[in-house]
Amino acid sequence: MANMPVSEMRLPPHLAHLLAARRLDTAKDVLSLPEVELMAILDAGLPTARAAVALVSEAACPPCQTALTLLEERVRLGGGGRLATTLCGLDEALGGGIPMGKLTEVVGPSGIGKTQFCLKLALLAALPEYYGGLDGRVVYIDTEFKFSSRRMIEIGQKSFPQIFRQGLAQKMAGRILVTRPTSLADFTKSLEEMKVTLLQHDVKLLIVDSMAALMSLENEKATAGFRQHPLRWTLSFLKSIAEFSRVPVVVTNQVRSQSNDDGYHFSFEVDKKDGNKCAERFDSHLVAALGIQWAHAVTVRLVFESHSGHRFIKVAKSPMSPAVAFPFVVESSGITLLRDESIDVTGPEITSIRCQGQNVLAR
Amino acid sequence: MGEQSGAQNAWDMLSDEQSQKHTTTGSGDLNDILGGGIHCKEVTEIGGVPGVGKTQLGIQLAINVQIPVEYGGLGGKAVYIDTEGSFMVERVYQIAEGCIRDILEHFPQSHEKSSSGQKQLQPEHFLADIYYFRICSYTEQIAVINYLEKFLGEHKDVRIVVIDSVTFHFRQDFEDLALRTRVLSGLSLKLMKIAKTYNLAVVLLNQVTTKFTEGSFQLTLALGDSWSHSCTNRVILYWNGNERYACLDKSPSLPVASAPYAVTGKGIRDAVSSNHKRARVT
Repeated sequence: MANMPVSEMRLPPHLAHLLAARRLDTAKDVLSLPEVELMAILDAGLPTARAAVALVSEAACPPCQTALTLLEERVRLGGGGRLATTLCGLDEALGGGIPMGKLTEVVGPSGIGKTQFCLKLALLAALPEYYGGLDGRVVYIDTEFKFSSRRMIEIGQKSFPQIFRQGLAQKMAGRILVTRPTSLADFTKSLEEMKVTLLQHDVKLLIVDSMAALMSLENEKATAGFRQHPLRWTLSFLKSIAEFSRVPVVVTNQVRSQSNDDGYHFSFEVDKKDGNKCAERFDSHLVAALGIQWAHAVTVRLVFESHSGHRFIKVAKSPMSPAVAFPFVVESSGITLLRDESIDVTGPEITSIRCQGQNVLAR
Repeated sequence: MGEQSGAQNAWDMLSDEQSQKHTTTGSGDLNDILGGGIHCKEVTEIGGVPGVGKTQLGIQLAINVQIPVEYGGLGGKAVYIDTEGSFMVERVYQIAEGCIRDILEHFPQSHEKSSSGQKQLQPEHFLADIYYFRICSYTEQIAVINYLEKFLGEHKDVRIVVIDSVTFHFRQDFEDLALRTRVLSGLSLKLMKIAKTYNLAVVLLNQVTTKFTEGSFQLTLALGDSWSHSCTNRVILYWNGNERYACLDKSPSLPVASAPYAVTGKGIRDAVSSNHKRARVT
């Protein structure tokens, strides 16, 4: 809509000519200018500039819906708009599963099980509908060379033995397209080609494992100022792909140690800063890479962490549920919850990520 | 429109201010520091870290503005401008149900089919009265804010406009920062005008970013100092220990103050530690 050509807007002829003569060809051209500057460019008075802005705005504005029509559309599309993970407790907390059309982030320390989770999701999306799958293709963007076909098939055989015994392994595996970009430019290019692929080839799930790895490649050769830019664009693009194609997009994120640069407090909280610092130091206090702007942009955030000798999946951000955690283990059949009843999580623990010593990382 | 004939004297403004309507947030403590709730004719900015509950509060306000007049509400409709795709309909439905349940609890003599042409107390009716725009770029955001002037003229029962979030596209897609500042000031003036002209509340949800001041990094609301002048009121949502708190950071007439609140299955309510005995409907 931003690039909607002025010529298609059915404006009164004198306005249409005026805008065209000044090379203001799209809605974006007209609306990016403050009123006074528009007047200067058009060499016209305030009423003319205002009329142009009002008409162009009305044409470029997306259609108005109501929350009720959104709900009815969701019901009509069926499936509750979710990809069930088959981890019952987690699915219930998320309102059915990973939401379609939104960005879901999976973040946690290395070795905790993020890729295992993604492999299971990829399988689930590929499975036929009568086995609870989405019967579609999956695009798996693997930036750290962690995708293992052998492991995925093992998960499949152990989780769905009846299907995989029938020799459907090849068909299922054939639905999962793995790409391995080695730079952000590569990644960007595959994303752009993705738009077409998604529509033509019935892709039902997009996984990026991991996002942070790509960004850190760029960081090595860029200054701090530049770092924001590729992330911003990628963010917008992933979100728009997700919504446009109604596909769930799952992105994994790494962790890094907390540095003193991580501002955690507002100015009116300044006097509390020192007191809290001690309380916030867990065994090894980690923060998600990619920063706060990314954290704002994802709809659902699943934190994989470990403490007290167990691993947990924590629903840290979700419009549908309060913060809850589930203990899990990684087995040959993939990730399994140790219990389906959730554990409530309150306070700053919701946003923290914990990783305890060596025990978890050694395998 | 009285404003066109010139200035208003302060005595007349006082009676305006006293008759000003507000929308409850769902939490009595939060309403108290806000002077009753979110005020019509004013622009209120609400910012906070990811996950603290900005969208939850935005949705709660879009529902609460619809509480019928006979139950102490404004009986109005809402416009929800979604720039990030955070609006999840199932959650809106839950919050509507929660609101209705609280109304029925406080006014037991009423029933779901309320009388003579008033709003039926069904979640679907509440959802039907939220006008929703999904915005995918800053151009569309500018377009919808401009278009609102016409839209609101045609839908005079709208009492609240929520923009969730006002920052998202402006942080990403604008290369020329000086131009961005000028465009944003134009938008904020428009929003202020809309609030006053149509006697409704404008609520702008904002993200946080980090800023280096006084020798350390601190959290601050996005879009910079020039934007921070544009809003009448500013509320910051933050974590204090295990509880969610809201701080009224800027207001023309109320002192800076903080209050706890909670996000429950029913929506925004008083924190468990609150002194308010029951969840307030009005």
